[in-house]
Amino acid sequence: MNHIFEIGRYWIFMKNLMHTPEKWRMYWTQILREMESMGFGSLPIVAINSVFMGAVITIQSAYNIVNPMVPLSAIGIVTRDSIIIEFAPTVMMMVLAGKIGSAIASEIGTMRVTEQIDALEIMGINSSTYLVLPKLIASLFILPFVVIISMFLGIFGGWIAGDATGACPSADYLKGLQDQFLAFNVYFAMIKTLVFSYIIITVSSYHGYFTEGGSLEVGKSSTKAVVYSNILILLFDYILTQLFLA
Amino acid sequence: MIEVKNISKTFSTKQVLFDISCKFEPGKINLIIGTSGSGKTVLMKTLIGLFAPDSGTIIYDGRDFIQLDRDGRKDLRQDIGMVFQGGALFDSLTVEENVMFPLSMLTDMSLAEKRDRVNFCLKRVNLENAHKLFPAEISGGMKKRVSIARAIATNPKYLFCDEPNSGLDPYTSLVIDELIHEITLEFNITTVINTHDMNSVAESGEHIVFLHKGAKWWEGTFTEIMNSDNKELHGFIFASKVMQSFKKLYLKENA
Repeated sequence: MNHIFEIGRYWIFMKNLMHTPEKWRMYWTQILREMESMGFGSLPIVAINSVFMGAVITIQSAYNIVNPMVPLSAIGIVTRDSIIIEFAPTVMMMVLAGKIGSAIASEIGTMRVTEQIDALEIMGINSSTYLVLPKLIASLFILPFVVIISMFLGIFGGWIAGDATGACPSADYLKGLQDQFLAFNVYFAMIKTLVFSYIIITVSSYHGYFTEGGSLEVGKSSTKAVVYSNILILLFDYILTQLFLA
Repeated sequence: MIEVKNISKTFSTKQVLFDISCKFEPGKINLIIGTSGSGKTVLMKTLIGLFAPDSGTIIYDGRDFIQLDRDGRKDLRQDIGMVFQGGALFDSLTVEENVMFPLSMLTDMSLAEKRDRVNFCLKRVNLENAHKLFPAEISGGMKKRVSIARAIATNPKYLFCDEPNSGLDPYTSLVIDELIHEITLEFNITTVINTHDMNSVAESGEHIVFLHKGAKWWEGTFTEIMNSDNKELHGFIFASKVMQSFKKLYLKENA
């Protein structure tokens, strides 16, 4: 029963935030701030994760390919497709759900318990639109770029690791990267990124917005935001894969 | 003028406000007093539309707040200023940006006009050198003053203050009380203050509404409190030894 209530309240929250902003200029400033925070702010963690995951995928692929009939360039293909289809848009977005989602839930939750959201409402400003819409627009613009950077860095990490360990020489790896490349995989990854961005921002904002109590509840909202975002990302990953690839 | 007629409010199964009616007049400090849990904050939040009442009407100079549509409420809210208990300043904005925020969001003023207005409001609350500071860098009393400056930035007709003295030392409390009083008279604002600070009651109690267990128990001026025989009101007002001594002195002088 509680879940039905939460789902209903989530959709009412969504309906309320889709209103014309009071002043576009103020929103534009917020959008730029959010883009900087979500984009540049996420690059270090994205870079570290991507490079190491690319390296691990390459080495594990090499370890599992024991048949001499399979060319070493297959390692490049496996690494490329794993990163483009699954790692960058899904795993990286789950990492970002932890970073961005918890930050959003904490920020909005703190604003709720310190009455800053009430202050916005009393001024005659639609608080959900003002707080969430800039984040949503910013994420839909900037996170696809972050995911593309993650793809490049993951593939780069795999290349360096394969060559450095001798698991997959450069020439084979680069040949594998170019073999059987499907541009559709990148489009599919972008579609997933947009859906997951929407999930992260709206679910985290929802949990922050309806925080009740004090600092303890802000922490709980933050945890819930990350947990629900990750579960929904996995669920929609399955649904989208079934829709586009099955 | 704000007219409150037969307001009741229930949360789940617990009724918090019982059929409250009163009037708040402009150019006066209207105080809502009562013990913790008596319904003061719920009443104030109902007045400004953060809670919807179960029944009753709230009329702002002829405009029935409950019956207004979304745009009507938005327009009315631009006439309302609110000073929150904790200030409710936006953490990510400087003092200047906090005061400028409602002007940027709700008016078409140029940057120069907004700066002038911000300077005027900050000067009015005696904060002329704090423009570039963030809320985390200023004291509790300064936060309250910034909050007042932000509340008056858009020239509101109605000013609501939720426990403006809580957490402040006696001297700063007095400064805040005087400031609200001066602003109320200067701009002829209808000011409603939610407080349990007895000093405020004694200093600026022009019109007092006493809530007890969610109901309006008593209404009048501070002078009338002295002549009232309301047991609960006296129990609340004269709970401290200081106030008891004050009462004795008052009765002795007026015997």
